[in-house]
Amino acid sequence: MLANFMAWIDKRLPVTEAWNKHLAQYPAPKNFNFWYFFGSLAMLVLVNQIVTGIWLTMNYEPSGDGAFASVEYIMRDVDYGWLLRYMHSTGASAFFIVVYLHMYRGLMYGSYQKPRELLWIFGMLIFLVLMAEAFMGYLLPWGNMSYWGAQVIISLFGAIPVIGDDLTTWIKGDYVISGATLNRFFALHVIALPLVLVILVFLHILALHEVGSNNPEGTDIKKKKGSVPEAELSKFKFHKAYSEKYDIVDAIPFHPYYSVKDIMGVVGFLLLFCWVMFFAPEGGGYFLEAPNFEPANGLKTPEHIVPVWYFGPFYTILRVIPDKLVGMLGMFAAIGMLFALPWFDRGTVKSFKFRSKWHLLNIAQFTACFIALGILGTLPSSDLANLIGRIATLGYFGFFIALWFYSKNEQTKPVPERVTK
Amino acid sequence: MSNAPVNNGRRRFLTVATSVVGGAGVVGAAVPFIASWNPSAKAKAAGAPVEVNISKIAIGQLIRAEYRGKPIYIVRRSKEILDSLNVVESQLSDPASAEPQQPDYATNQHRSISPEYLVAEGVCTHLGCAPTYRKGDFSEQVEGVDYGFFCPCHGSKFDMAGRVFSGVPAPLNLVVPEHSFPAKGTLLIGIGQGDA
Repeated sequence: MLANFMAWIDKRLPVTEAWNKHLAQYPAPKNFNFWYFFGSLAMLVLVNQIVTGIWLTMNYEPSGDGAFASVEYIMRDVDYGWLLRYMHSTGASAFFIVVYLHMYRGLMYGSYQKPRELLWIFGMLIFLVLMAEAFMGYLLPWGNMSYWGAQVIISLFGAIPVIGDDLTTWIKGDYVISGATLNRFFALHVIALPLVLVILVFLHILALHEVGSNNPEGTDIKKKKGSVPEAELSKFKFHKAYSEKYDIVDAIPFHPYYSVKDIMGVVGFLLLFCWVMFFAPEGGGYFLEAPNFEPANGLKTPEHIVPVWYFGPFYTILRVIPDKLVGMLGMFAAIGMLFALPWFDRGTVKSFKFRSKWHLLNIAQFTACFIALGILGTLPSSDLANLIGRIATLGYFGFFIALWFYSKNEQTKPVPERVTK
Repeated sequence: MSNAPVNNGRRRFLTVATSVVGGAGVVGAAVPFIASWNPSAKAKAAGAPVEVNISKIAIGQLIRAEYRGKPIYIVRRSKEILDSLNVVESQLSDPASAEPQQPDYATNQHRSISPEYLVAEGVCTHLGCAPTYRKGDFSEQVEGVDYGFFCPCHGSKFDMAGRVFSGVPAPLNLVVPEHSFPAKGTLLIGIGQGDA
């Protein structure tokens, strides 16, 4: 009965084919570690954001007069409204946590290198859209930090010569941030950017499945057709899209092996997520900031305007540079460098495990600088903070520059032909 | 296909011509979508000029008005405050107001129509915070000067003509809006001297 039904479907839409190609017969390296949880976790959080977001719009009122009150209404009067909102607000921070870790995995294991450059670029586009999505979403509660955070970011565009002032007025739809700004941000946040995000995620996965997953050792699991003795081939059946072109070694099908493993990751993640959501939904003032519990007020600046933590590193780069225009360019360049990472790295050895001590040191200093920039971004400005911020900014950009120089003729260890364990 | 009777020249012409016409159509169709982001007629009306009664400001006092949602600081400067403008000049990044942050009639040392009244947007030129008026205790920020504006967000400093000190994040002097005095004791913000 069911078999007949599936046969009927498959004649009209290649469902079984797609299931096999992308899940049940997709060859994934057998040595994934916990760093490989974060891709599927990012998908989980995306679904959480979309579903809770849809439910929040049912009671949210996108207007300068009604927005703040409607969020309070959701929190107090709507059944489980508080839960839906905390799922959404905690989800926003969780999204950045898993995405940062996911990107860091790619950095460590060289997953951006040839042939995965386009895959990396789609990932970076997702990151960029995600930042825009988060920024616009943060205005919607219409709290005072929403308002002033948006004020700071939009006024950045005023630094652009000649068109700057008109551009900021155009973005705001008013001479100040007002209900007009709120409404357009709402439209972009709930329709335009989520659509773009979902399309990019789809392309990201398609590109991944075209080139195949990297792994912690950076070895290639697809060998030249006919080069591997029969006895050493992977014992699993893989889709002909992969097995016809290559001899596949050291691989297991994504489903059920990694789908089950990812469920483990989901369980661990949800434990942490729910703990935050139920016991610390404000995330210590980092996920939901204190000044945002009073309504937007254009005549009252919060004492310290700080961005939400996930913008911290880029915000610090912006403000430690003493010139406004250069600061803005520096901030965007920081993201641009990440886009160009596959071309800064001229090496061919992927994983840090087989690369030089210099590379390990470089990654270590980059990590330290990125974390320092992130912490500084949430602290008020001071001379000491500016000094540390400038050093960390140099370290951030220095990572890419140094990588470009040493990666050309780097002393690397031999990469094993096969996954070692 | 290769034997099909194809006129490649004509095909190329049609491709280019269709692309150009289609492209023009896309550009034209984009206009309403982009233009609809401009301030609406309602928003423009709300940004109309504002009249302020300044006859009751005490010497050294700051009052705030609101124009286009921005706080406008109006300070009645004392002789002492005006004298401080000379003292700080060497520490400013644009003492002569070379940058177009004010109307022509306010491009002078006191950056206003009459030396007595400072009219400036209370919006820091760094990232749009509101600088606070330090009345008497500005010397904590700049030695030997008792009056000035200090931005609590990122530490930018301005003198009593809204001129920015050097070495702070704010790049420019505070904006002086178009303003005029249509009658004694009345300040009109939004319409400049001679435009009314």
